[in-house]
Amino acid sequence: MRLHMAVMASGFRRYATYWAATAAGVFTNTVFGFIVAYTYIALWDQRPQLGGYDLAQAVTFVWLGQALLAASALLGGGFHEELQERIRSGDVAIDLYRPVDLQLWWLAGDLGRAAFHLLGRGIVPLLVGSLVFELTLPASPLTWLYFLTAVALGVLVSFAIRYLVALSAFWLLDGTGLNMISLVLSLFFSGMILPLNVFPGALGDLAAVLPWSAILQIPADVLLGEHQGTDLVTAFAFQAGWALALLAAGRALQSVATRKVVVQGG
Amino acid sequence: MTADDAAFIEVDGVEKVFTVRRRAGWVRRERREVRAVDGISFRVPRGEMVGYIGPNGAGKSTTIKMLTGILVPSGGRLRVAGIDPAADRTRLARRMGVVFGQRTTLWWDLPLRDSYALVRRMYRIPDDRFRVNLERCVELLDLAELLEVPVRQLSLGQRMRGDIAAALLHDPEVLYLDEPTIGLDVISKAKVREFLREVNAEQGTTVLLTTHDLTDIEQLCRRVMVIDHGRVMYDGGLEGLHAVGESERTLVVDLERELPPITGIPGARTVRVEGPRQWLAFPATASAAPLVSAVAAAYPLVDLSVREPDIEDVIAKMYAERAG
Repeated sequence: MRLHMAVMASGFRRYATYWAATAAGVFTNTVFGFIVAYTYIALWDQRPQLGGYDLAQAVTFVWLGQALLAASALLGGGFHEELQERIRSGDVAIDLYRPVDLQLWWLAGDLGRAAFHLLGRGIVPLLVGSLVFELTLPASPLTWLYFLTAVALGVLVSFAIRYLVALSAFWLLDGTGLNMISLVLSLFFSGMILPLNVFPGALGDLAAVLPWSAILQIPADVLLGEHQGTDLVTAFAFQAGWALALLAAGRALQSVATRKVVVQGG
Repeated sequence: MTADDAAFIEVDGVEKVFTVRRRAGWVRRERREVRAVDGISFRVPRGEMVGYIGPNGAGKSTTIKMLTGILVPSGGRLRVAGIDPAADRTRLARRMGVVFGQRTTLWWDLPLRDSYALVRRMYRIPDDRFRVNLERCVELLDLAELLEVPVRQLSLGQRMRGDIAAALLHDPEVLYLDEPTIGLDVISKAKVREFLREVNAEQGTTVLLTTHDLTDIEQLCRRVMVIDHGRVMYDGGLEGLHAVGESERTLVVDLERELPPITGIPGARTVRVEGPRQWLAFPATASAAPLVSAVAAAYPLVDLSVREPDIEDVIAKMYAERAG
């Protein structure tokens, strides 16, 4: 446990070192926040109450998306390209020589990264958004606590998905295609492009039960106060369920990979 | 010495077969078996430092991967400290250290000190042990100035020393070194060798050293194993290699003037003539004295020297014979 705390801290520090990258990221998130916010405003102007959100909620959703983009690795990033590269180059052998579990190791590092990104890349865009637009932000600290819990569970789901994608490198020597598919699925089904409750009929029903909804849609709805009481517990359970299932799948794939597949190169 | 110590590393008829698929038409794939390790056996007692050499693709790295448990042997039996590496990788990992010349176990973005802090947690090294070991490594490997520098800013030689320290902080019983001096300058090489010698002598660490730099072997190992095509071709003392490799020493003679190649010296043949200097090859196992007197008796000798066979040549010859 102390090891994983240390790994988490090093993940945090590692990203904190590159402050120029952080500043550039914050700038990009803020600019995109404005672009998407004005797009949503135009859309909600035509279709008020679209998906059950009022305009302020919709714009809040936009800025939450920008704030969580880096932390929840909605555009990919984080560790998985690095792990793929280590698998491809054979450096993963070093990870396997260590008396630590591969998945927990990378999870700890990714949680440290997410913590940094939540602070470094999340706060400023949300603050700018709230200064310029009218946002629906809760007054109750408890709601914020629920929100952070939902974000943490979402990061777990996001990690679990990216871990599966990363491990594919044991079989596919070029992960570009799968990374691309993963990115598109993540953007579309997390709600990053449009909130999932806007999706019509069967597509909406499908999107709501897929794991990506745990990454952005649920945390956003928790903050917007859409989930209350038992509904909130159900939402957390949904996230935790996907996190456990996908982490377990990652474990299974990891043991198949390490047992069967030759580590590339010497 | 217990039975466990006499055969700290135990390798019995170990094989590793890879299946390689190759395109053989539009859809058809041909499966081909490659025997990377083809039935090797050896034992290494605790505390021994053994050189493990062979040409590229001989099966060295594959052997090390099996010994560390990240590759499962296709056949045979393998034990390190009584543990089956592949079945019990994590347990063994606490007792071994691995250094790759071409890869780093350090964290690119972190200062050396932070990397060591992670290593400490990873191997659950007690505080006092960690302090003593780090101090020793810092002193012997000259790391004091480097501890606060991020790994990505270190030179190759500095990084290598940092890596070796990282592999030894948890007092491993066995150390696998894969090309630990590759790309290093003469001074760094000497420093690394000196340190390894000391660790082996003081801690009784068992060391398996893979290298292409035979000076590493000559300076560190009394025993050497030569592997090629996945088989052990030689296992014994360094000196023995010369006998097995039918290697030759060279007598270099300077004559008073240019003369035709020297002939009629029993047990020697002239291999090169350059002006008044001539080179005579004779078996490494034979004495040079009678040769010198025979030459001196028949030719106007000015000066002479004897060159020991180059171990590199011996091994190259061994590989060539095997291939032919």
